Amino acid sequence: MLTRRVIPCLDVDAGRVVKGVSFVDIRDAGDPAELAAFYNAEGADELVFLDITASSDARDTMVDVVEKVSSEVFIPLTVGGGIRSVDDMRRMLEAGADKVSVNSAAVASPRLIADCAREFGSQCVVLAMDVKRVANPVISDIEGYGNVPAEAFWQVYTHGGRRPTALDAVKWARLATESGAGELLVTSMDADGQKTGYDNELLSVISDSVTVPVIASGGAGTLDHFYDALVEGKSDAVLAASLFHFGELRVAEVKSYLAERGIPVREV
Amino acid sequence: MHSVEKALRKVGAEPIVTSDPTDLASADAVVLPGVGASDSVMNALNTLGFSSRVKEFAASGKPLLCVCVGLQVLFNSSEEGELPGLGLIDGNVLLIPTGMTDELGSSMKVPHMGWNQVHFIGDESQRNPVFKDIPQDSHFYFVHSYRCVPDNTAEVVATADYGVEICAAVARGNVVGTQFHPEKSGDIGLKVYENFLELASGTARV
Repeated sequence: MLTRRVIPCLDVDAGRVVKGVSFVDIRDAGDPAELAAFYNAEGADELVFLDITASSDARDTMVDVVEKVSSEVFIPLTVGGGIRSVDDMRRMLEAGADKVSVNSAAVASPRLIADCAREFGSQCVVLAMDVKRVANPVISDIEGYGNVPAEAFWQVYTHGGRRPTALDAVKWARLATESGAGELLVTSMDADGQKTGYDNELLSVISDSVTVPVIASGGAGTLDHFYDALVEGKSDAVLAASLFHFGELRVAEVKSYLAERGIPVREV
Repeated sequence: MHSVEKALRKVGAEPIVTSDPTDLASADAVVLPGVGASDSVMNALNTLGFSSRVKEFAASGKPLLCVCVGLQVLFNSSEEGELPGLGLIDGNVLLIPTGMTDELGSSMKVPHMGWNQVHFIGDESQRNPVFKDIPQDSHFYFVHSYRCVPDNTAEVVATADYGVEICAAVARGNVVGTQFHPEKSGDIGLKVYENFLELASGTARV
């Protein structure tokens, strides 16, 4: 039986993992390779590294990070942040990433998804989307999407959530997967950092609209939030960042909780 | 492919990544990884002159490990593409059916992506040496949209359940293939490469 995945996300700035806590068994909480090994031992099913480096000249450090982590830790590694071209993606894959996520650049030029999928295969191409609920949706924008509740409409943002676009998240999810995205990483900006649970309505609408796996992101605060994102949200994987980094919950703890509630997980 | 190389290094091999098919003749063991569509892999194998060399290597009796699409191209044909496969294993490669619902009521996605339990067929003592000491029903990492269906079901040495039976590993003599990615399956995956390396006396080519 295919298990549901639990994925820690690590923000990397100029080669260092940011906003972390010093776990007892870790010497350097900022060292990506050491943290990756720690999460691997905890039973993380995959790792996501998000490059939040502001200056582009410091970008090369991310290639080194990927190179180092993938030589030590043998679980799937997704890398995102600042990927603008087929060549950017190639560099990350050659450094040892298994999947590369695109976000703003794919919105600016949707052809990027098709180009990357053709070059490397859909399984390498993750579309990351930052999404915000619109308070008073225009109904005509969601016509043709029968399973979208009339009161719900989600808007796609780019540039780390700073720039709104005219794109509807459900339409964008469909378009991106039709273009060749092999997986979707869906972050609810409303829920992110709130610890009040994932936006399960958003997740289930998107999951029902596409045939590829969906990773839930944004909002995890308690164990049952993970369960809800998998069952109500119909997600295939759950991602959390600060919750794991600050040691509020451990990956192993999340997985045994899910197992107790009947969710298939890989326990190590 | 880079991950395969790194995993082999991790278990102590000295892999050589090559685009020169004549290298295969001097290799003690060969890993045929594969990423991408079967036609593009077959195209590359044919254009670079690997197809006949891989067949020769398989006939030599030395260990050959094929991973994911590397396994799929061993078959006669694939629904994914037009080009015939290497034909080292009789059978075909079919699309995983869509529209199935799992035990949680969610639709089952294609690609089949993530960690699934691998069930080895038959007695442990009879198991192919590549999979020795791997606990029954261990989880391995899969990413694929097509599944292998060998004509000779005795060549299926392990399966996984994804609504349909997924052929997880195949063996025909010295030719072994895994649908899952051992190089992405943590310690248990590295064990597969370690076992494979034991079968080879020295270098491995990928």
